[in-house]
Amino acid sequence: MENLSKDHSVRGGGFQAAVIGVSAGGVAVLPCLLGTLAADFALAMVIVQHLHPIQDDYFIERLGRACRLPVREAEEKERVQAGVIYLAPPNYHLLIEMDRTFSLCVGEKVNFSRPSIDVLFETAAEAFGAGLIGVILTGASRDGAAGLRQVSSKGGLAVVQDPQSAEYPAMPLAALEETRADYVCNIEEIGRLLCDLGSACAGTGYRTGE
Amino acid sequence: MRAEQIEEIEIALLLDAIRKRYGYDFRNYARASLKRRLRSFAAQQDRMPLSRMIPAVLQDESFGARLIHGLSVTVSEMFRDPAFYAAIREQVIPYLKTYPFIRIWHAGCATGEEVYSLAIVLQEEGFYDRTTIFATDFNEQALDRAREAIYPLDAMKNFTSNYQRSGGRRAFSDYYRSGYDAAILDAGLKRNVTIANHNLVTDGVFSEVHLVLCRNVLIYFDQTLQNRALGLFNDSLVHGGILALGSKETLQYSRIAEDYKPLSSKWKIYQKTTA
Repeated sequence: MENLSKDHSVRGGGFQAAVIGVSAGGVAVLPCLLGTLAADFALAMVIVQHLHPIQDDYFIERLGRACRLPVREAEEKERVQAGVIYLAPPNYHLLIEMDRTFSLCVGEKVNFSRPSIDVLFETAAEAFGAGLIGVILTGASRDGAAGLRQVSSKGGLAVVQDPQSAEYPAMPLAALEETRADYVCNIEEIGRLLCDLGSACAGTGYRTGE
Repeated sequence: MRAEQIEEIEIALLLDAIRKRYGYDFRNYARASLKRRLRSFAAQQDRMPLSRMIPAVLQDESFGARLIHGLSVTVSEMFRDPAFYAAIREQVIPYLKTYPFIRIWHAGCATGEEVYSLAIVLQEEGFYDRTTIFATDFNEQALDRAREAIYPLDAMKNFTSNYQRSGGRRAFSDYYRSGYDAAILDAGLKRNVTIANHNLVTDGVFSEVHLVLCRNVLIYFDQTLQNRALGLFNDSLVHGGILALGSKETLQYSRIAEDYKPLSSKWKIYQKTTA
């Protein structure tokens, strides 16, 4: 695993939420990523997966079966809770307010997408600042690149799937062009990283190069 | 003071200027998306700083009008959520047909796509001539587009597919004619539609109605404003009247929840059970 900058084991964690952006190829990697999370995972996790707008609830059910934590669609005005995996509803942008509640918007598509990863990441970065982990996974678009830059500039941790290990490398590559990522690694390593940073004793004992 | 805190002050002052100068009150809008719209408007104005917009809003009415338009979301499509329109056709209209004549309030109709979608369903169900639709929005520019009922031709493919999936009974092309890059809706669809300016934030009840549609408007409001708007709908609806919200909006946590029963939980269609 490549560790390019901040040493969060020294910082001792302090993370409160992780936002995940994933597009083409996500249906294969998301169950794998969520499957690695332990039952005591103490962060809120919010996912934008670009989907076809008429996608039904099947995807959420499938993720729920793969994961030890509750997986559900984010609802407007709902408070972002630790230990819950939220997905953006199809055809709505998902935003996080400063009071850490969700809101939805059906405004113009951003990067040809609604929900857009940038919209979630930019608002989450404002709400959580240095307490946020931003993760960009496989995808065939540029969505999320500007959002991850915001996460990083507000002091959060920027994690990108190693483009060589991604089914669709375009989105990780675009993110790496815009942001100096803290971690570039494959999906299993991202799972372990999140698990470690998000466990009850957040971040202690985490070493790079495992 | 951090840059974010300064921006918060700028936004508060700007919203105050808009409210005092033009009467539009955005203070209780959900802040994150409002902020995004403000920033994207600023970007279109050569990255104009928010604090410089304040004198512009006060002194330049055309700037004020553009900003107010920029703060409202007018993205819409015909037969958005096709299954919602199927539920209206199958579950709501048979009930409404028990009335000799009904009034419908479509609140926050933006550019009118969903108003004419409803008109088509009513017409196909042989009920349109017994209805009046009040279509309202606070955005005058959007209302002008709704009055014209002319939409980009390249949107028709999506509208047609939505219409078919909603259980439409005809060829969608029966409802419009194309000219250049535009599709002009059949003028007959407008005949029972009254389009008027109404602001859910500041205006009151104007009529007794049997059906209220207000879809994807409440998501932009905070709890206080949501309760205000729902209060208006509640005061407008007759006993047994129907309230239809956007599929991600809910009555569940509102003050009026206990006076309504769900007709379709998935599509957020409710029936009023009190007088």
